Amino acid sequence: MNPRLTRQELLRRGAAGGALLAFPSLLAACGGGGGDESSGELKDVLNFANWELYIDTKKPTTLQQFTEQTGIKVNYYEDIDDNATYFAKVQGPLRQGQGIDRDIFIFTDNSRFPSLLIDQGWVQQIDKSLIPNMSNLIDAQAHPPFDPDRDYSLPWFSGMTGIAWNKKLTKPVTTMEQFFTDPSLKGKVSMLLELADSVGLTMLSNGDDPTTVTSETFDKAMSTIGDAVDSGQIRKFYGNSYTGPLANGDLAAAIAWSGDVKQLQADNPDLEWSLPESGGMIWTDNMLIPTGGSVPTASTYMNFVYDPDIAAQIALGAPYISSVNGVKEAAEKIDPAAADNPYIFPSEETLSNVYQYDSAALNNDDFITTWQGVTGQ
Amino acid sequence: MGTFFHRNRGLTPYLLLLPGVLWLSLFFLVPLGFLGYQSLQSGIYPNFEFTWEFSNFSDAFSNYHEQLFRSFLYAGIATAVCLVLAYPLVYWIAFRAGPWRNLFLLAIVAPFFVTYLVRTLAWLNILADQGPVVELLRDIHVLGEDGRLLATTFAVVSGIAYNFFPFMALPIYVSLEQIDERMLEAAKDLYASSTQAFLRVTLPLSAPGIVAGTLLTFIPAAGDFINAALLGTPKQSMVGNVIQAKFLESLDYPTAASLSFILMGIILVGLLVYARVVGAERLTG
Repeated sequence: MNPRLTRQELLRRGAAGGALLAFPSLLAACGGGGGDESSGELKDVLNFANWELYIDTKKPTTLQQFTEQTGIKVNYYEDIDDNATYFAKVQGPLRQGQGIDRDIFIFTDNSRFPSLLIDQGWVQQIDKSLIPNMSNLIDAQAHPPFDPDRDYSLPWFSGMTGIAWNKKLTKPVTTMEQFFTDPSLKGKVSMLLELADSVGLTMLSNGDDPTTVTSETFDKAMSTIGDAVDSGQIRKFYGNSYTGPLANGDLAAAIAWSGDVKQLQADNPDLEWSLPESGGMIWTDNMLIPTGGSVPTASTYMNFVYDPDIAAQIALGAPYISSVNGVKEAAEKIDPAAADNPYIFPSEETLSNVYQYDSAALNNDDFITTWQGVTGQ
Repeated sequence: MGTFFHRNRGLTPYLLLLPGVLWLSLFFLVPLGFLGYQSLQSGIYPNFEFTWEFSNFSDAFSNYHEQLFRSFLYAGIATAVCLVLAYPLVYWIAFRAGPWRNLFLLAIVAPFFVTYLVRTLAWLNILADQGPVVELLRDIHVLGEDGRLLATTFAVVSGIAYNFFPFMALPIYVSLEQIDERMLEAAKDLYASSTQAFLRVTLPLSAPGIVAGTLLTFIPAAGDFINAALLGTPKQSMVGNVIQAKFLESLDYPTAASLSFILMGIILVGLLVYARVVGAERLTG
């Protein structure tokens, strides 16, 4: 072969390069993720974006069982640290109608993103004909405001937001007041970047109702948190990544999600978690299928996890609250003590002490901007 | 081709400029124009409209002047620290290290073989509250019982100084290394003491290196966000953190874009003042 290009060939290649630059859509067509053509067919790989510490790890894991049953390999990515950052990451391609190389991703119902994704048409309808197990969905989760008929989403798991502490470094932290003002915790506590979690807990401790947010109660919560930032009490605002500093002792206490702490206890047995006396928050994460994701593949997986036996294994491993009927019985078959696990099956008393953040307040831009200011962004 | 250049000799400089100009217009001017366009938009994600919204600038400045000020303060301290640490070090390497010069230079550059983010993440472990460094400092009572290094201004400024150190050291080294040692001998022949020789010969001759080093350190340090994000708290938040969060988390593009312009503007004005003070020829070497 003659390594030197002829002039003609050079021109031809140059023109091809120019055409690529001139038509970004051509480039997009070459890029991964693809458009609608991949959405309709069953694939042999499922790309699943989830949060950390959010699935069972005991072998054979449910992901392995899924592969064995269906032949579909799962690429499980712990992509998500907090709702806003993950949304910002994926919105670029989604906005241009491109895929993000994921078939399922997860957003929390106490953020504005599930409704935003559905309103913008950046997620696809689930294929209910492939999800007969959807009949196991509990009634309480059947009609959420962002997706009244569950056409686009199914719950992954629910959890509670409370306070975690390291008993080697501090006495039990049982009230938000102690969290915000105890001098022995100065510079050793963190809050969550999630507005609904951090603000909700603060409102409860202020004696306000997080299920009906007003400008007044919001401002009051902001000044409580702002004071704690200014005094140096709050060290940082984290997404899911509070787990590292909490486990290694940089934090003495953190606003934390129920199941995470249970899993972290394997690394650090000194960690404890509880709802503050004034009450905690409850939320539900939802599986959604982004543009470009394979609907049949994702729906097949959703059907798989709505089998109570599978849901029970994930619930025990995570451990978070399942939205699948029959999980309790299935879990007891695996572990007779499971029914008493307060992280998976919270008692009536616990459930009466947790609140869902006002969904009408999630899209309030003033609130969002103010919150960003307080968190140092 | 040869004859083409001979015939059009006047064109040659422009042809040589062409790749650079194309590069800069495509990857600097076009994005800059787009950024300017975004900075004058109004509305909320995902519906922005171009409305000549100049109030974005005044709003951004009044809301975030604290972070802006902090950025320049931290960048200034870090630059001074780098200068004080780097100058004696590279002086020694240039004049005294002999055959070991390259090895020492390599040692300065070696941390750059690891990515910026990982280098900074490493400090999270080194400075951890329960880590060996903090425990030692507590034992010898440099730090109090509850003292810490991580999540402090000290950690952020040190992180910046550490990360940008080679940008200060290398230009100074180059300017010192070029000094003809006979000049120093001549100074001594003319009865200059070592101090005088340093102040009147070495220092002025290395000034271009110092100027280049301070600029290469200060400018990126002022826009840095990684160090404050990983090693600081919300109280150490710099303007880079705000811009990053506005662009990538809250998707408030107009504010992010106008803050970027404000940062750029301040740096540009600062640069002009600096050029006036030290003399423009020093900036260009």
